[in-house]
Amino acid sequence: MTAFLDIHLRRNNRALLAWLVLGGLLVYFLYIHPRGASIGVLSAWANQGTALAFLAVGQTIVVLSRGVDLSIGPIMALTNCLASHLVNGGPLELAFGIAVVVLAGAVCGAINGIVVVFGKIQPIIATLATGAIYSGFALIVRPIPGGSIDEMLSELTTGDLAGILPSSIVMLLVLVCLFWLPVSKASLGRSIVAVGSSEQAAYMSGLKVDRAKIAAYTLSGIFASFSGLFIGFQTLSGDPSIGLPYTLNSIAAVVIGGTALTGGAGSILGSIAGALILRTIGSLIFFTGLPPLAQPLFEGTVLLVAVAFGATRLLRINNRLEVFR
Amino acid sequence: MRAVSFVTSFDGPTKAIALAMLLLLAVGGAYYHQFLSPMYLVQQLQNGAFLGIVAAGAMMVILLGHIDLSVPWTITASATLATALVGTNPEALVSERGLVAGLGAGLLIGLVNGLGVAYLRIPSMIWTLVTNNIILGVCVFYSGFYALRSQPSPVMSALGAGRLFGIPCAILVWFAVSAVIVFLLRRSRTGRYIYAVGTHEPAAYLSGIDTRKVIVFAFVVAGLCSAVAGMLLTGYAGQSYQRMGDPYLLPGIAAVVLGGSSLFGGRGSYSGTVAGVLLITLISSMLSIMQAPEAAKQICYGVVIILMVGLYSRATPAN
Amino acid sequence: MTEGNSFLALTDVTKTYGGVNALKSVCFEAKRGSIHAILGENGAGKSTLMKVLAGVTQPDSGAIRLQGDNVTFTNPADAAAKGIVCIFQELSIIPDLSVAENICLTQPPKTAFGLIDRKAQDRLATAVLKRMGCGEDIDTRSRCADLPLSKRQIVEIAKAIVRKPDVLILDEATSALTASDVGPVMELLRRMRDGGACILFISHRMHEIEALADTCSVFRNGEHVSTFASGAKTHDEIVQLMIGKPISQVYPDKPAEVPVAPPYLDIHDLRWGDQLKGVSLSLRPGEIVGLGGLDGQGQQEVLLAIAGVLRGTSGTMRVNGRPAVHRGPKGGKGSDMRIALIPEDRKTQGLFLSLSVRDNLTVSMLDRLSRYAVVDRLGEKALVDRMIDLLKIKADNADVAVGTLSGGNQQKVVLAKWLATDPKLLLLMDPTRGIDVGTKQEIYRLLRRLAGDGLAILFHSTDYDELIGLCDRALIMYDGRVASTLSGPSLNEHNILSSALNLSHDNSGRGTAAPSAALAEGLA
Repeated sequence: MTAFLDIHLRRNNRALLAWLVLGGLLVYFLYIHPRGASIGVLSAWANQGTALAFLAVGQTIVVLSRGVDLSIGPIMALTNCLASHLVNGGPLELAFGIAVVVLAGAVCGAINGIVVVFGKIQPIIATLATGAIYSGFALIVRPIPGGSIDEMLSELTTGDLAGILPSSIVMLLVLVCLFWLPVSKASLGRSIVAVGSSEQAAYMSGLKVDRAKIAAYTLSGIFASFSGLFIGFQTLSGDPSIGLPYTLNSIAAVVIGGTALTGGAGSILGSIAGALILRTIGSLIFFTGLPPLAQPLFEGTVLLVAVAFGATRLLRINNRLEVFR
Repeated sequence: MRAVSFVTSFDGPTKAIALAMLLLLAVGGAYYHQFLSPMYLVQQLQNGAFLGIVAAGAMMVILLGHIDLSVPWTITASATLATALVGTNPEALVSERGLVAGLGAGLLIGLVNGLGVAYLRIPSMIWTLVTNNIILGVCVFYSGFYALRSQPSPVMSALGAGRLFGIPCAILVWFAVSAVIVFLLRRSRTGRYIYAVGTHEPAAYLSGIDTRKVIVFAFVVAGLCSAVAGMLLTGYAGQSYQRMGDPYLLPGIAAVVLGGSSLFGGRGSYSGTVAGVLLITLISSMLSIMQAPEAAKQICYGVVIILMVGLYSRATPAN
Repeated sequence: MTEGNSFLALTDVTKTYGGVNALKSVCFEAKRGSIHAILGENGAGKSTLMKVLAGVTQPDSGAIRLQGDNVTFTNPADAAAKGIVCIFQELSIIPDLSVAENICLTQPPKTAFGLIDRKAQDRLATAVLKRMGCGEDIDTRSRCADLPLSKRQIVEIAKAIVRKPDVLILDEATSALTASDVGPVMELLRRMRDGGACILFISHRMHEIEALADTCSVFRNGEHVSTFASGAKTHDEIVQLMIGKPISQVYPDKPAEVPVAPPYLDIHDLRWGDQLKGVSLSLRPGEIVGLGGLDGQGQQEVLLAIAGVLRGTSGTMRVNGRPAVHRGPKGGKGSDMRIALIPEDRKTQGLFLSLSVRDNLTVSMLDRLSRYAVVDRLGEKALVDRMIDLLKIKADNADVAVGTLSGGNQQKVVLAKWLATDPKLLLLMDPTRGIDVGTKQEIYRLLRRLAGDGLAILFHSTDYDELIGLCDRALIMYDGRVASTLSGPSLNEHNILSSALNLSHDNSGRGTAAPSAALAEGLA
């Protein structure tokens, strides 16, 4: 049992650390918040980070397969714009609208996977290109910000559950449990990790490498669509340019959460913590009275610290050949 | 023999792009005849020069299998610093301090990028993302407190916006940068080392190459190129402004990749990068002349990259 | 070709890589309940044959029949579904997954919900390792990347066994195992054979083939040359079939005595972590000294430490009479040390596969070939021509990618690249692993000639035959120390074996001690 714990901790200690840091930041945030620790404050805090957290989850899945999804922001923008047209009206229409939006995200993700796999194009450049295409479609769907989204749904998803938990966080966790947990525990999830760890070995072992990659990108697209929907619930509108800063931030969240960009090992929960940390800093600066202009510098510094943490590996290496891994 | 080898030395991607450009020019020229006028083409080339210089730097890093995501704020920060130092001082020698400081900023950022990647072994995609964010943070913080005068120095104006014998100076600067890069890659020891390290770093280390210095060098060149582009852009626009570097990051990488360089490192030719820059420039000018909406531009841009890069990777046998 | 009772049959299988025939209308068949050895030099087409069977590559023409049915495989998954499983030379281990996860990678045990059952998976992995008779000490939950190479190879084999293949293909699968694990693995193969499996066994180790195979097939230049019952032909006859012409003698004559000279390299009490526990050795110019022993006793680490790759070593090292402190191969090739390290893995450490022969040959020499950091092209060309000529490297021209050359020629390029730097001390890490007999012979002669010219050569080999045939002296390592130094008549198989197992020399009687029996079988 102790051996098991040891192995488990060694593999996930970065994610654990991210949660500890987040916990500390959150306590401090609630402490200095003028309205104190209330469910309203907590919900508002959670709403700040949920959209990025969804993206971080999607990005992590792709990163686990040793890819990267630079189109995740554009997919989010595109699905957000679609939502501003479709997620309105009666219950049936709402269900239909949400289904179409999620499906659109899945299709975008699947296209990424197909371009990467069958076009044999490196993920950075492939998703950069598809990202441009999705941005173009977002502009066609909604040339200027606007539209509307069902307000009842908005209140439901951005409020709180029975005055105890922020519903956005609950929704995030439920969706992760529904869409990623089963995959991660099945052969498909193992294939995704295997491909990220060593693609050649996975192929030689007879795993379906292509299918695993396409699945990873598709899942990323689905989580990007959740993010687009959530942004819609927050803003009650669609905005084609909303995705721009989100792409790189999602990568930053993955890094802070302790997932290696070299694939094969990482933690979804860590990435969620990473996303929430990034957003908590923004809120902290607002309430501590620091100049708001310092926010980007603070975010950058947190990222720097997280990255520097990864570099401590060097101190333990005594064979210089291992440095290059 | 030399002449023949000069033509055949252009690799597949360069030829493919040359073909694509001829096609674009022919079709474009048929519908819009100003498209073929020398004046218009030179104007486009001037726009391409900024991208070309950024792409030259990006290529050095990509040849190592790394990537420099700090391009946007390296451009912006060097330009901001330069214009801040130029201030309102009309005296030539004093105001050119801005130019030197701007280039120095680029060099310094490149150095920090290189040290992080080479010595701390942080993946370049993360490390340059971090440096980009930090520079952004510093710039936003700094410019928020000081009302900055923003004005290029005389040399910056001359190089960015001036003409020599009717040719925009920016194009000449691009030529000069290109000549240096070509010499570096083809004739110098460091160029060989760059290809070796990019192909497989452990093998390069075991061959007795100080791979870390090679990596730092490439990032410094990339930082300098970004700064040069920043100086020219400031001269061209007559000012520095926030987010002035944003439109150059992804097109710069795209140009290098369109030119046939592999993002895994070790493979790529400078002629391909130049061709990639010209293709991107030509496509965007064609779309502007057609008054295509932004959406169509984005889609077109993405489709071209997928088609061309997909074509190359299908043509080269898998490893 | 008789139809007979063949289980697996290939007819007229041809495969071409860029104009080179890797397989030329190969007809081949193998039976159930048989261990069938495949022999041939590098580039003979063995590996291509295996890749075709395993679905990694597809033949240009020809047919594969399994139990009389025509089959085609587009990927390894197809082949595995038909019961053909391959243990590759290049590992197919997923480094970030645990041992159990790797062993159960393709067919994990599942719960009622279709999810992977981790407990059952651990049980299954433990059971398989136990059945193999080796590797019981491996923790099935540890990450494969944390295991040493020899243990990973055991996982690799376990991963294939767990699929209960009808056809099992081993491509040099035993070469990475420790000597004590070879025995159980061979026993396992015999049991599988008795259970009716068809086992194809590729190896360069004749003794393993003789101990194991019942049938042998020889390949040469992509053609199937001959098939015969194991033991029907002598060593020499087999070698002759493989290379197509008789070879005189594999190893060059050793000089009667090495000229007396002060040592070029002198190491005292070298320590590093828990892998080197006080190694002392000295090496004179003109000497070829071998480093042997069981796998992983510190042989590689000694060479890496001398080359300056390891950090945090202690002890003294003198090169050419002067105390040596340097940092890495760059420092080592300087004029005061003249050390050249030929690394273990030529594909990932020795060469830049996608770069040209010329670039590979000159990469270590560029600082001396350039003036003001500009490469002197004429000097470069002269050097390249000289090295290609000296080592008889077979390449169309110096501009082809080095990855297109055969394994033997690639190894020659690695050697040439370092010989160009004019070294005084040559460190070689298993330079002949996976190389054909003809090239091996060339390399041995070259090394002897270089020693004659005054080079000091330190040579790590996993092949005891090489240590005996080539070296003036052999240092046998055990647990991070030099267990014994053998030379002259005492440099023989028996002494190497007992020193490697850390038994004292007089404890003779080969095969009396249990571990020795296992090893002796591997060596016989």
